Amino acid sequence: MLAYLLRRIFYAVPILIGVNLLTFALFFVVNTPDDMARMQLGIKRVTPEAIGKWKQQHGYDKPLLVNGAASGTGKLTDTIFWQKSASMFVLDFGYSDDGRNISREIQTRMGPSLAIALPTFVVGLVVYVSFALLMTLFRATALDIAGVALCVLLMSVSGLFYIIGGQFVVSKLWHLVPISGYDGGLGGFKFVALPIVIGVIGSVGSSSRWYRTIFLEEIGKDYVRTARAKGLSELRVLFRHVLKNAMIPILTGVVVVIPLLFMGSLLTESFFGIPGLGSYTIDAINAQDFSVVRAMVFLGSLLYIVGLILTDISYTMVDPRVRLQ
Amino acid sequence: MSSRAWFDKLTTNGMEGIDYMNFTPVILWSDALVFLLLAACLVGAWYIRQHEHLLLPWRRVAQNATAMVSLLVLALFLVVGLLDTLHYRAALPERNGGERVYSPEVLSVFDKLAGPLRTQSEKTYSAPLAVTLYAKESIGDAQGRVLRDYPRLKFGGAHLTDESQRDGDVLWRGLKGAVVGVIAAIFFVMLVGWAKRSMPTRAGSKADGGHVTCPPYTLRPMLVATLIIAALTGITFNLATAYHVLGTDKVGQDVLYLSLKSIRTGLIIGTVTTLVTLPLALLLGIAAGYLRGWVDDVIQYVYTVLSSIPSVLLIAAAVLMMQVTIETHPQWFDTSASRADLRLVFLCLILGMTSWTGLCRLLRGETLKLRELEYIQAAQAFGVSSFRILTRHIVPNVMHIILIALVMDFSALVLAEAVLSYVGVGVDPSTISFGTMINAARLEMGREPMVWWALTAAFGFMLALVLAANLFADAVRDAFDPRLNRMEANA
Repeated sequence: MLAYLLRRIFYAVPILIGVNLLTFALFFVVNTPDDMARMQLGIKRVTPEAIGKWKQQHGYDKPLLVNGAASGTGKLTDTIFWQKSASMFVLDFGYSDDGRNISREIQTRMGPSLAIALPTFVVGLVVYVSFALLMTLFRATALDIAGVALCVLLMSVSGLFYIIGGQFVVSKLWHLVPISGYDGGLGGFKFVALPIVIGVIGSVGSSSRWYRTIFLEEIGKDYVRTARAKGLSELRVLFRHVLKNAMIPILTGVVVVIPLLFMGSLLTESFFGIPGLGSYTIDAINAQDFSVVRAMVFLGSLLYIVGLILTDISYTMVDPRVRLQ
Repeated sequence: MSSRAWFDKLTTNGMEGIDYMNFTPVILWSDALVFLLLAACLVGAWYIRQHEHLLLPWRRVAQNATAMVSLLVLALFLVVGLLDTLHYRAALPERNGGERVYSPEVLSVFDKLAGPLRTQSEKTYSAPLAVTLYAKESIGDAQGRVLRDYPRLKFGGAHLTDESQRDGDVLWRGLKGAVVGVIAAIFFVMLVGWAKRSMPTRAGSKADGGHVTCPPYTLRPMLVATLIIAALTGITFNLATAYHVLGTDKVGQDVLYLSLKSIRTGLIIGTVTTLVTLPLALLLGIAAGYLRGWVDDVIQYVYTVLSSIPSVLLIAAAVLMMQVTIETHPQWFDTSASRADLRLVFLCLILGMTSWTGLCRLLRGETLKLRELEYIQAAQAFGVSSFRILTRHIVPNVMHIILIALVMDFSALVLAEAVLSYVGVGVDPSTISFGTMINAARLEMGREPMVWWALTAAFGFMLALVLAANLFADAVRDAFDPRLNRMEANA
C-alpha cells in the first residue's frame, strides 16, 4: 500500500512538470513578455522604456528557458521559467501582477470556498443517490419515466438560469436571504443557504440520471436475483446489495472532485459575491492577471491528481478484492 | 471620344448591367468549417444509405417518436443557422473610380431575410408586443407643453392610430398567421406523403418485407409537432412584421432577432468543435490502443496532463492568450466580423483541445479490447498490414462510440458557451450568442420595473435547442448501444 502510494506520487511529478511546461508555453511562447507588458499598460503608445520597466518590476526581464549570460546553475535558475513556474512545485506561487502574495490569498479564500462547496457536495450526493434509488425502486413505471423526463429537462436548462432565477425568486420576491455577500461563522448561514440549494439543484438532472443507470445495471445481475429468491424485500435488496455493489462506479466519479472542492465554483461565487477562490480566478481572468491564472491552473491539476490517488484508496475501502500493489 | 473613355464607359455600363450582383460573397473561417462539416455529413449519409447494416440503427432512431420530433426542432434551428452562415458584403452606392466599394459590414442571408427585424430598432427597452417604450419620457405635445408619458415606438405597432387597438390587432394577426402556417404545413405534409407513396424507398422494400422506415405510430406525433411548430412560426412571422414579438433590449434591438442570431453561434460551438476532437481522439486513441508500448505511454501521458488541468482554467488560460495575440496583431483582420469570427473558431479549437481526452480514453480502451479478438488475430496471422487492420476492422467497430460521444457532447458545449461568455472567456462581445445575451441582460432582473424578456428569450431558445439535442442524443445512444439486447438482432 505504502509502496503503491509512493509510486503514484512519483508518477505525479512528470504530469505536473507537463502541466507546468504547457502553461508556460501558453503564457510565454505564444505571447512574449513584451506583448503582455503592452497589454497590461494599454495598447496605445507604449514606449519601450515603459515596457522595460514593467518587465523589470514583474520579473519578466530574464530569458525564457536558458540564461546564457549567467554562470553555473544560474544558467537554469535565473530564467523566467525557473522563477515563475518551477517555484510552484514547492507551492510558492509568488506575487500577482498587482503585487499581492498569491499564497496568502489562496489561504484566506479557501475557507469561503469550502463553506459553499462542501455542503453542496454532501447534500448533493445524498439527494442524487436517493432520487436515483427512488427511480430504480419504481423502475419502468410512470413514476420512473416522469423522473427521467424531469432529469432530462433539468439538465437541459443552463446553470446560469438556476442562479439568476433563484436569486430573483428567493431573494428579490420572497426576501428570504440576501442576494449576495458573505460572512464567517454562524451568521454566514443566510448567505450560503441559497448558493448551496442552487448548486444542488443545478446538477440534480445529470447526476441522478447517471446514478440511476448504474443502479439499473447492477439490478440486472445474478446476485440480485438470488437475493430476491431468498425472500429479501425490494428495499433491502436495493440498500444492502445494489447500493453497496454500485459503490465502485459511484466513487470513480465522486472522490476525484473532493480535493477540487477547495477551488470553489467560478459561477456561484461570482454571482453571490463570495470571496472564495472561484471568484478570485474570475477576477484574475477579467483583469488578465497571468500569475494568478497560472497558479490556479497548477493548484487545480495538483488537486486533481490527489483526487485520483484518493479514488484508488477508496476502492480498497469499499471492495476488499481490490489490493493496491 | 477616345478609345480609352469609350472603354471606361463600356465597363461601367457593363457593371451597371449586372447590378443584380451588388454584393460580394464572404466566406469566414467558421463558414468554411461549417461547409466542410456539412459536406462530411452528406457523404456520410450517402455512404450509410448504401449499406444496410449501417442503416439499421438509424432506422431504430427513426422509429422513436421523441427522437423524430426533436430532429424536426433541430432541423429548424439548423436551417436558421445555415442561412446565417451564408455571408456577404453589400455594395455601397458610391464608387471609387469605377471600382465597386463594399460595405465593411458583413451580413448574412438570414440578415437579409429578417431585414426589418435587424434594422427597425427602437430607442431602448420595450416589452414584447408593446406599442410604447417601457419607461416614461418627457414629450412635447402640439401646444408646446411637456408631458411625462410612454412615447410610442418608431416601428412596433406604428400602423395603429390608437394604442387601444393593439389587442384586437395582435389577435387578428396572430390568428391569420396561425391559419396560414397550418395550411402551409398541411400542404407540405401532403406533398411529402404523395412523394413517399409514388416512390417507395429501396431500403424499405428490400428489408424484412413491410418494414417501413417510418411506422405509423411515429407519424401522428410528427404530424402534431409539425402543425404546432408551423402555427407558432406563422404567428411569430406575421406578428414580427408589425411588432417586436419578444420586445427590444437596452439599445432597442429586437430580441427575437438576437435570439435567432444566437442559434448559429450555439450550433457552431457544438459542431465545429468536433472537427478538432474527432481526429485527435480517433488517431491517438486507436494508435495508443493498437500499437501499445512507448506510443501508448506517450499518448497516455499527453492526455493525462491535459485532463488533469480543470477544463475551465485551461480554456481561460488559452483564451486569454488568444486575446492578447489578436489584440497585438490587428493587421490580420480586414473587418471586425472576421476578427470576431476568428475568435469563435479559436474558441472551438480550444474547447476541442480540452475535450478530446475523454473520447480518446474510451477509444483506447475499446481498441485494447478489440485487438485481442479472434478475427483481428486472424487478420494479423494472415499478414494483413496494421494500417489495413486499423481502417477495415478497428475503426468501423468503434464508430458507435464516436457517434454517441459526439451527439452527447453537443448539448454540453452549447451550455458551456453561455457560461464561458459570462466568465469573459467565451465568444467576442460583438458576436451575438446566448452567452452574450444573458451577460448583457443579467442585471436587468434587478431593475425597477423589471425587464424579463431578454433573459427569458435567451434561456427559452437555449432550452429548446439543448432539450431537443439531449432527447435526440438519448435516442441515438439507445439505438447504437450494443449492450442493449434487441428483438430484431435475434430475428
